[in-house]
Amino acid sequence: MVWITGSLVFATSFIDSMMQIRGFRIVVQHMPSFMQGALVTLEITALSVALGMILGLFAGLGKLSKSKFIYGLATVYIDFFRGTPLFVQILLFYFGILPLIYNNGVFSSAIIICALNSGAYIAEIVRSGIQAVDKGQMEAARSLGMNHSQAMRYVILPQAYKIVIPPLINEFIALLKDTSLLSAISVMELTHRGDLVYANTYEPAWVWGAVALIYLVMTKALSVLGDYAERRLATE
Amino acid sequence: MIKIQDVYKSFGSLQVLKGINYHVKPREVVCIIGPSGSGKSTLLRCINQLEQVDSGHIFIDGEELTHPGTDINKIRQQVGMVFQLFNLFPHKTTLDNITMAPTKIKGISRAEAEDLAMRLLGKVGLQDKAHVYPSNLSGGQKQRVAIARALAMQPKAMLFDEPTSALDPEMVGEVLAVMKDLANEGMTMVVVSHEMGFAREVADRVLFMDEGIIMEEGDPEVIFSNPNNPRTQAFLSKVL
Repeated sequence: MVWITGSLVFATSFIDSMMQIRGFRIVVQHMPSFMQGALVTLEITALSVALGMILGLFAGLGKLSKSKFIYGLATVYIDFFRGTPLFVQILLFYFGILPLIYNNGVFSSAIIICALNSGAYIAEIVRSGIQAVDKGQMEAARSLGMNHSQAMRYVILPQAYKIVIPPLINEFIALLKDTSLLSAISVMELTHRGDLVYANTYEPAWVWGAVALIYLVMTKALSVLGDYAERRLATE
Repeated sequence: MIKIQDVYKSFGSLQVLKGINYHVKPREVVCIIGPSGSGKSTLLRCINQLEQVDSGHIFIDGEELTHPGTDINKIRQQVGMVFQLFNLFPHKTTLDNITMAPTKIKGISRAEAEDLAMRLLGKVGLQDKAHVYPSNLSGGQKQRVAIARALAMQPKAMLFDEPTSALDPEMVGEVLAVMKDLANEGMTMVVVSHEMGFAREVADRVLFMDEGIIMEEGDPEVIFSNPNNPRTQAFLSKVL
């Protein structure tokens, strides 16, 4: 009891004295804005990875295709998005390409660009996951009379999917951090919010420190989730 | 039943099969023996097109499977294959390993497929392992499940690619016993094996392959006790 009240008294007096510091006050005042920004960051990341997984599955299978045309298409796509900076892709697509296709908003553009980018990385994850499944599995499935797509669907992909989960979580984390580049086109995600607060207050250490800490909490949570998933799958 | 005509096969510059001719008759058990690298496994894999022949023809029940227009999946459904390393599906239970092909390919009902699977598991002595994953089975048990899985498609013939080579010695017997039962029921079988005892006891015909050709072919008694070809003699003197 004494210990609890003691630490409560200490905590409140600690916060009181912290509130004397201007930078800390600013961070606390803008916390709701930062949280909304973090939410936008998470939304963009989650939607992009979800779409990226669909793109990545097709592009990854395309990379394994016997058809020269499909293989070529997948290769060009993957090479372009892995071989150029995401920042350049954001500028090119937001200002250059998407306006030709539709009246592009900031949020939808962000998701399209990030999905295309993460799809290329996920494609390589999918390809290596499929190739990591023992060759004998395909032979066994085919020897029973399954065609190629049945063998893929019932035998290869369910096994590849387990192999693919840890690198997929890594991709998720990498993309979450990379969405900060979207601040350049004024997407209201965490970094852009930080930029706005910083411009109004000029407290760089406090504002950017707080932003960095919020990113760290999000990526750490994801990697803990990833470790948990990995352990679960390993024991099966 | 299985007719092999002038089959040639190369991997790159290495010629593995150099003109194979043979005819496996219905209900016949044929054992292929020979040193490693002689092309035995390749020949077996050509019979269900896991390898494509460079030239020559292979017929199963009169249907040419080396013909470009043939639906190879249909033919594979009629020829079961058992692999050296079992190749069970690790993400499925024993029962699901066996029911997968009949339900997904033939479209028979789940209940019917499970019924069939349980009967086949009974036949290989593993009914109690129906709901176990392959990682919890011994090598001999895995191979018996693999045989049951192949039988679930009710094939006309079975191919065995060194089915006991990856097993601990004490497990070889249980797999050979299942294969012997199968032979006694009249299944047409082609077996690539180093089990000379099995070849001698169960086979109707024995082929000795070396350097990509069938060096000698005949009744197991004759091949094992009185081989003609000096290569056969040299090989058997090393392994027997």
